[in-house]
Amino acid sequence: MKRAGIVAWNTFREAVRDRVLYNLVFFALLMIAAALLVGQISIGIEQIVIVTLGLSAISLIGILMAVFIGVGLVSKEMEKRTLYALLAKPVRRWEFLLGKFAGLALTLAVNTAAMATGLAGAMWLVQGSLRAEDAAVLVAVYFILLKLAIVVSLALLFSCFTTPLLSTLFTAGLYVAGVFAPEIRAIGKVTGNAALDAVAMGFSYLLPNFDNFNVIAAAAHRRAIPGMLVAQNTLYAAVYCAIALTGATMIFSRRNLK
Amino acid sequence: MTAARRNANNTPMTGPAIETEGLTKDYTTGFWLAKKKRSLDNLTMQVERGEVFGFLGPNGAGKTTTIKLLMGLTFPSAGTARILGRPVSDVGMHNEIGYLPEQPYFYDYLTACELLDYFARFHGYGAAERRERVERMLKKVGLETAGKIQLRKYSKGMLQRVGVAQAILHDPQVVILDEPMSGLDPLGRREVRDIILELKRAGRTVLFSTHILGDAEMLCDRVGVIAGGKLRGVGAPKEIVGVQSHGMEILFEPGSGAGAAGILEKAVRMGERYRIEVAEGELYGAIEQLRAAGAKILSVVQVRQTLEDYFLELIGAEQARTSAVEVGEK
Ligand SMILES: Nc1ncnc2c1ncn2[C@@H]1O[C@H](COP(=O)(O)OP(=O)(O)O)[C@@H](O)[C@H]1O
Ligand SMILES: [Mg+2]
Repeated sequence: MKRAGIVAWNTFREAVRDRVLYNLVFFALLMIAAALLVGQISIGIEQIVIVTLGLSAISLIGILMAVFIGVGLVSKEMEKRTLYALLAKPVRRWEFLLGKFAGLALTLAVNTAAMATGLAGAMWLVQGSLRAEDAAVLVAVYFILLKLAIVVSLALLFSCFTTPLLSTLFTAGLYVAGVFAPEIRAIGKVTGNAALDAVAMGFSYLLPNFDNFNVIAAAAHRRAIPGMLVAQNTLYAAVYCAIALTGATMIFSRRNLK
Repeated sequence: MTAARRNANNTPMTGPAIETEGLTKDYTTGFWLAKKKRSLDNLTMQVERGEVFGFLGPNGAGKTTTIKLLMGLTFPSAGTARILGRPVSDVGMHNEIGYLPEQPYFYDYLTACELLDYFARFHGYGAAERRERVERMLKKVGLETAGKIQLRKYSKGMLQRVGVAQAILHDPQVVILDEPMSGLDPLGRREVRDIILELKRAGRTVLFSTHILGDAEMLCDRVGVIAGGKLRGVGAPKEIVGVQSHGMEILFEPGSGAGAAGILEKAVRMGERYRIEVAEGELYGAIEQLRAAGAKILSVVQVRQTLEDYFLELIGAEQARTSAVEVGEK
């Protein structure tokens, strides 16, 4: 466990040195521009616009990072053969995987926290102050983070047995499918075909159900998010990540390194 | 501290340092992974404790394949391997093993200091000990002034040195080096040789692979010759790669004394100088003759088989060209 922590810390350091956090500059500019703009054009809805825009940007930037960096976590080390010397240390392969996962999760957490701070700044600019009901926005950010963790675990799982390109496609595909999980679930009902219904149901339960994680609209309108949903999503993300990482470990532990 | 670590690891103190039994590795290739290629065929050998063992063979012989199996980077198709009496799948034992990969590459966003410090953490050293070890290792491999430079700016030879440093950082019992001299200039090779000899003096076991006969001869207690995935022989370098002399070569400048003509006839002219090859038994006779002729002897050296000659002789020209054995395709 301690060794996974060592790997995680180095993964974070790599992201920082590779200037991954520069995306924050882009986000900051976007928020400033949005804050200035909505202040001029809208009457009364600027608070909704700024939160919707901010959370969407936080989610999109996070997903892009989770997919692209996530897929490279293991495959880059195999391709460059930096893994050889590392695995010759007393590090088990599952510790390596867990460390890689935790390192990117930490990177995303720091990145997301910074963006959330930026969003809070923009809100403060627009509203003139921050209020208690703005906490809903914080919960939305937390859900985005949970979603990112699931995406990273999937990217890691795929990259353990297939090429980076295919891993990227699979992860991105699963993410999109996961966003539309309820619609997929509804396919069978709509068509009234029992067989199709069973397949669609089975498939949709395999998918990460990201629908529950999207509370951007609720947060934009400052509707309180039920504590039950917070608990449920937290548990769901933890179980999903655990299953994906276990699968990744099982595959990776048997893998011959080129 | 070190002693405690050893005990905690519970490695038996007797028996060979490295032993393999029937170790075999097939690689599947081709689009459908239907082609099988045997890169290592039934390797059974032992490396004794405290021994410097050279793993000698041409390119594609199966040296790296063997070493990767020993390090648990790949898994055998058949057979077993043990290090210090424990199966190679036992990663905890890596506290006692140092490994230099072939053409090593490391995290290029780190400096050499940071990389070594990172690796040292896995062995559980505290901050002060890590700093001390990193400094000592960098000095040992001649990188003390380059420690703060990012590895992306390193040359191949410098990376090789960092690789050696990380392999011996934790003072392991068994050191496995894959082509440790490659990519190094003569000075670097010499330094690596010194490090290997130092490890030997400290009672460590060293297994290193090479395709260069001279390196093996100079350092090894024993060598194992591998070609085409098969072990072809094990023994002292002298027995194996017969320093079977093919005679002696004398380089000289001719004089004008009596009998000069006779010897010049047998010699080959190279500019001002002449070269003559004689059987070992006739060496003194030839030298006498040259002295009588007033020739100036420049050098006398043993004519030796090259490694290529040796491999050709050993496994036949046919097999030397195909580096691994095909074992059936579907
Ligand atoms: N990952 C791999 N996939 C397929 N063939 C391989 C792989 N690695 C090595 N080989 C083959 O195995 C044989 C032995 O290679 P290797 O052990 O690297 O030789 P060397 O003695 O030069 O280190 C070669 O013919 C090589 O092509
Ligand atoms: Mg090799």
